Amino acid sequence: MAAPPAQREPNHAIRIGFTWLVLALAADLLIWFVLGPHLPPGGLASQADGQRFDIKVMAVMAAPVMIFVLLYFAYSIIVWRGREGDDDDGPPIGGNARIQTAWITVTSAIVLCLFGFGTYELYHSYGAGAGEGPSPIYNPPGAELTAAQQMAPWSPGKPVVVQVIGQQWRFTYRYPQFGGFETTYLALPRNQWVQFDVTSIDVIHSFWAYQLGVKADANPGVDNVAYTKPTQLGRITVRCAELCGLWHGAMFDYGQVMTLANFQSWAGASNARFASVTKLLPPYATTYDPTEIPLFKLGKVVKALGLFGAGGGYYPPNDPSQP
Amino acid sequence: MSLPVRVGTLLAGFLAVVGGVIFVVIHYLLAGPPTVDYSAGVTPDSGQTVSIMLQEDAQNTVTSHPDWVSYFIKDPKSHQWVHTTLFKVPAGTTIDVTILGYDGCTPLRNPFWGKVTGTAGDVENVNGTPVATLNSWGSCSVAHTFSIPSIGLNVPVASPTTLKENNSLCGTSPCTSGPHTTVTFSFKTPSAPGDYFWQCRVPCGLGYLDGFGGPMQTIGFMTGEMEVVS
Repeated sequence: MAAPPAQREPNHAIRIGFTWLVLALAADLLIWFVLGPHLPPGGLASQADGQRFDIKVMAVMAAPVMIFVLLYFAYSIIVWRGREGDDDDGPPIGGNARIQTAWITVTSAIVLCLFGFGTYELYHSYGAGAGEGPSPIYNPPGAELTAAQQMAPWSPGKPVVVQVIGQQWRFTYRYPQFGGFETTYLALPRNQWVQFDVTSIDVIHSFWAYQLGVKADANPGVDNVAYTKPTQLGRITVRCAELCGLWHGAMFDYGQVMTLANFQSWAGASNARFASVTKLLPPYATTYDPTEIPLFKLGKVVKALGLFGAGGGYYPPNDPSQP
Repeated sequence: MSLPVRVGTLLAGFLAVVGGVIFVVIHYLLAGPPTVDYSAGVTPDSGQTVSIMLQEDAQNTVTSHPDWVSYFIKDPKSHQWVHTTLFKVPAGTTIDVTILGYDGCTPLRNPFWGKVTGTAGDVENVNGTPVATLNSWGSCSVAHTFSIPSIGLNVPVASPTTLKENNSLCGTSPCTSGPHTTVTFSFKTPSAPGDYFWQCRVPCGLGYLDGFGGPMQTIGFMTGEMEVVS
């Protein structure tokens, strides 16, 4: 009796490859054109828009890899599953240099491309909205890094400097180029570079201006610089992103991106409104240390009572202690 | 040991454990200061005015933390001072606030909070005199603040100003005598019902990091909630 003819093995690579190509293309098109415009954090500022672009690029690169893994998994279960009566061992599998080389080459290329892309994006968007510390690597033109520079009156072409001061449980904003007033409201002009100098006067907070694509830790005694460029008019939501005490969850506020003319008008009005308290503030500095009050600001009775600092400085000998 | 004894012992042990858990939940997890109700009999958004009264003391002799500074609120029905920082007010209503400042002065961490905001005319009355800004570094003038951040309210509560007064503060709470200031101001409650937290911004948590621990982070002492009801 003649042996039954051997069943011809289909070309699995072509099957998988073609299916993968169709699915990956569809997924990438959906990600880019349908999901992409709705990805966070929106497009209110160049940094936010850049972050959305980065997320889209990474999703478009990751989706084909994920689809390949899942497709291969599903194909194996369906096509190579054990069938009834088939008790034979599978054929021995040896190494396949071509597949290994292709895998290493493709994954290395993806990682290297992302490394290059990420570095370019950080450079291109001046830190991508992240806090860069007191000595930023990526600076937009005209960055103002010393207190003296920041106190010079603003002129077109210079970044608008906003000192962000974290304190339990509220952010306040100081505008050194516009008279040095401090306020609880964050107003920014459209189409101007904004330089945030983020600091804290008590514990660690984190300044997260969601729609601007800015997130920078607020550490006491540290000037953490972050840049953004608002490109659209709109509302800003600011939240603290670092657990900072009892009312951390309520530490949020709102701001506004406005036209340059409206911003200048607002700054002038705020400067007048807060004039009585601006003169009481400590001299402008890139950080804000209230534990030692400048001697010339100390009143007679305050000095006689030994209150030389606001918090920490006058609670000897066991300060700070924790419960 | 007989079966009934063993079952009885097991049951008694089980009930003891359950009772212990209930005790801990009720007395430590669910327990909190009472809420003083200023909303009774007042129709929200009706143009009526509600008067509330608080005092802040340098210490408190009514809790297990006698060295913690604390606010007290006066109950409108019993006219007794209650050790709490929770109060209930009607929505859309003008609130006339009186705070008796029995504590001495402390410099603000941020002098910015020396400015009065969110009150009628952005002023407070200190012993009857309208004041818009208090300089807590340059003069002995601020004891604490009464701040509700979500509605932009910030009132630095004035302190006795002289060295002599600051060295002879009331030592038994709630205070009824001793050097103090009387601070009055008015603000309007939001039209939206909800809980609005309020806090002090003076670092008055003696012995804690930056003066912002202990009473500053404990409801019933220097922070609390204003419950707005419709």
